[in-house]
Amino acid sequence: MDVEILARVQFAYTVAFHYLYPPLSIGLGLILVIMEGMYLRTRKKEYEQMTRFWIKIFALIFGLGVATGVVMEFEFGTNWATYSRYVGDIFGSALAAEGIFAFALEAGFLGILLFGWNRVPPAVHFISTVMVWLGSMFSAVWIVVANSWQQTPAGYRIVGEGLEARAEITDFWAMVFNPSSVDRLLHVWIGAFLAGAFLVMSVNAWYILKKRHETIAQPAFKIALVVATVFSCAQLLTGHRSAEIVAKYQPTKLAAFEGHFDSLAPADLYLFGWVDAKQQRTVGLAIPGGISFLSQGSFHAPIRGLKSFSPDNRPTQVNAIFQLYHLMVTIGLILIALSLLGVWMWYRGRLFQTRWLMHLFVWAVLLPQIANQAGWFAAEMGRQPWVVYGLLRTSEALSRNVTANQVLFSLILFFFVYTVLFLLFIYLLNRKIQQGPGVISHEENEPYSRRENPLMTPSS
Amino acid sequence: MFLGIDYPTWWFLVFGAVISGYAILDGFDLGAGMLHLFLREERSRRIALNAIGPVWDGNEVWLIIGGGALFAGFPMAYATIFSAFYVPFIVFLMGLIFRAVAIEFRSKEPWLWWRRLWDATYFAACTVVSFSLGLMLGNIVLGIPLDENHEFVGDWLSFFNFFSLLVALTTLALFGMHGAIFLALKTEGRLFAMITSLARDFTIAFIVLFGITTVYTLLYVPHLSDRIRAQPVFFVLPLTMLLVVANIPRHLSKGQYLGAFISSAVTIALLLITVAVEVFPYLVYAPNQPINSITVYNAASSEKTMRLLLLIALIGTPLVAVYTSFVFWTFKGKVRLDESSY
Ligand code: HDD
Ligand code: HEM
Ligand code: HEM
Repeated sequence: MDVEILARVQFAYTVAFHYLYPPLSIGLGLILVIMEGMYLRTRKKEYEQMTRFWIKIFALIFGLGVATGVVMEFEFGTNWATYSRYVGDIFGSALAAEGIFAFALEAGFLGILLFGWNRVPPAVHFISTVMVWLGSMFSAVWIVVANSWQQTPAGYRIVGEGLEARAEITDFWAMVFNPSSVDRLLHVWIGAFLAGAFLVMSVNAWYILKKRHETIAQPAFKIALVVATVFSCAQLLTGHRSAEIVAKYQPTKLAAFEGHFDSLAPADLYLFGWVDAKQQRTVGLAIPGGISFLSQGSFHAPIRGLKSFSPDNRPTQVNAIFQLYHLMVTIGLILIALSLLGVWMWYRGRLFQTRWLMHLFVWAVLLPQIANQAGWFAAEMGRQPWVVYGLLRTSEALSRNVTANQVLFSLILFFFVYTVLFLLFIYLLNRKIQQGPGVISHEENEPYSRRENPLMTPSS
Repeated sequence: MFLGIDYPTWWFLVFGAVISGYAILDGFDLGAGMLHLFLREERSRRIALNAIGPVWDGNEVWLIIGGGALFAGFPMAYATIFSAFYVPFIVFLMGLIFRAVAIEFRSKEPWLWWRRLWDATYFAACTVVSFSLGLMLGNIVLGIPLDENHEFVGDWLSFFNFFSLLVALTTLALFGMHGAIFLALKTEGRLFAMITSLARDFTIAFIVLFGITTVYTLLYVPHLSDRIRAQPVFFVLPLTMLLVVANIPRHLSKGQYLGAFISSAVTIALLLITVAVEVFPYLVYAPNQPINSITVYNAASSEKTMRLLLLIALIGTPLVAVYTSFVFWTFKGKVRLDESSY
């Protein structure tokens, strides 16, 4: 196999794995801030218990996010050396800013969030929670800005030629606020909030079904339901804005999203369908002219299709892109329906008695995760064959001295290691959930409290 | 130019400072991890883990900032170094991954085999990370062959040369010493006694290895010592280093662990400063064809980016310093285990 394919598979695999965790951290962070804020206001015990329980889950998720994130930071250098030289001037500043403003904030206060409950006053602990959450929000900022620049470059000029060519910043703010960054950032943030909210709802719905910890599970579920409702609706808006930007700046990607091949014709909006890449056509259930209407305001406005671009300037995996994109949108609509249904039942006072709904919420945790992954895959595959849209091709972005064997070796290594990590993560997450929010002993300040004994006499 | 120094040099200084910060801060985490299996009892191991528990992630961030700083300021060096060191670097990353998850997973189950497994993993991860860090540093100092596009043209097996292996071992001893001294600050009683004797052993190992490395460098790697010979002011560096290193056993024998910790931190900084002086302006020296080397000048980003980066560093560093100190202050003193501990 050639280095390019291997390197792409490796990048996709490692970043997709990384991206299982940060959205949960960002979303849980928000919910922790709300829970702990409620605790500070009301001083009710159940809020304290739910906060401390979710902090433990947070720690587990966060640990994996950090472990897999460090790999990402250096993978640009190891596998994409030419790309790194090309975009270093632009991308590097974003990554450096991310390290110093976001990760340092997050990791610094994490210690207090996890271990500081008995050491600092509640208000200071609350501030630490807020800081960790803000840190995780900032982490998303810089990396999404850097990625958005690759999608819609702005504020740069190209200097040098051939192998020496590279992009230089000419206008920092134009680079940061490139056409797609704000909308994509909002979309990514909200995707993360949904991931967190649905995780909290899932676990608590399960407790409610099992009649465990109900005094804690019910208010926690409600907090998450409010978050989910607000943001699933908001996600439709930011997604729509993103689509408009794609329509304007990345016509090949839009055409791939919708499987639109004809050179110049009104484009249909598919609800679902199948792309036949050989015949260059798409079959399925569509609103005729829907895309034309959404992007141009008229059902008859012509849109450039894939055929109007030369084959080496447009993505090849059109069906995959089409399906992933539609998967995300469908899930978006389901999430809206589900949370509105939850709110309606709550209003009717039957939320926690409606067992089938609780069952749905237990499983719904998978939906935002799938949508997040599908969204990235669609966005990144739709950008191909470019690494930097219109400027640098993926095939030219590789490290030229790294051999296929080296990449294959590391790919296999990552594959095994990540699989093991994922299984352990699921196992431990499940354990924590089974244990549930515990009773808080107030003896922890005794140097070696009795609680420790079970740990000191391992069951061997 | 800023204060009479050009931007690439400024950024070289910033990068050096970040890397030194990383080596000092994560150095004691990694060192503590390397001592882990020397501690036999469950409680001792938990205390040692919780000594670094609240801070290791914050310390690791310095590595990430360093990576970002290199990427931003010297993209060519970032690209060349990480693609050249592909294999050792992947191993290094695996070490970091396993360290993070071992810390996180170990205390989650009470079973003996579970804890033994993660103890061993944790120990191995910390050792591998320190070793590969030293190995890569050794090779950077020696230089690696580059072609005219500044790309690596050697074979990764050549990284295992005598000098770099020596540097790697010295790094192990250095971090072990640093970690032991840190743990001495955090522990009491029998554990404390055990750790202080480890601190002594690692200090001796470090001093011996450091001596050998220095002599070897003087004899066989002339291009490194040339700069110091050319500008005798720089002799200050090895001399101070000698004093500071000698200070460590002195503090240890008097039981002044904070003093010893500061001395070992300064030692790490001085070592890296010496390396920086020896290699500047080269970031990656190409012994096969010096003209192909990567210097701070031919690798630098545009001046605009450099200025921007300095601004980011000027705003960011004080912020990080403030809350890092706050976190260290919150967890100062001996380790206490409570229900949120590992
Ligand atoms: C700032 C940069 C950046 C960010 C934030 C992301 N990516 Fe990306 N991605 C790239 C920078 C990049 C890249 C370096 O530009 C790649 C490598 C090869 C390529 O074509 O683009 C890429 C490729 C790439 C591919 C392979 C596409 C293909 O080869 O067809 C996938 C599936 C993803 N990424 C998925 C993701 C996911 C799930 C992300 C969410 C965290 C993500 N990317 C964030
Ligand atoms: C390819 C691009 C990416 C790189 C290079 C990268 C890099 C990193 C690094 C180095 C860490 C560890 C930080 C630490 O030690 O504290 C990390 C963690 C994290 N990353 Fe990424 N990351 C990428 C993609 C993303 C994306 C797209 C997001 C969010 C939308 C994100 C959000 C986070 C968050 C919130 C953390 C903290 C750990 C956690 O919460 O799980 N990252 N990332
Ligand atoms: C409700 C309807 C939705 C629409 C119309 C929509 C639209 C879009 C569009 C057009 C993109 C591509 C942006 C680009 O390539 O620049 C995108 C990407 C993405 N979507 Fe959605 N989306 C929706 C729902 C969701 C949901 C529910 C989630 C997650 C919970 C989600 C997560 C993502 C992610 C993570 C990306 C990749 C990042 C990005 O490119 O912004 N989307 N979405």
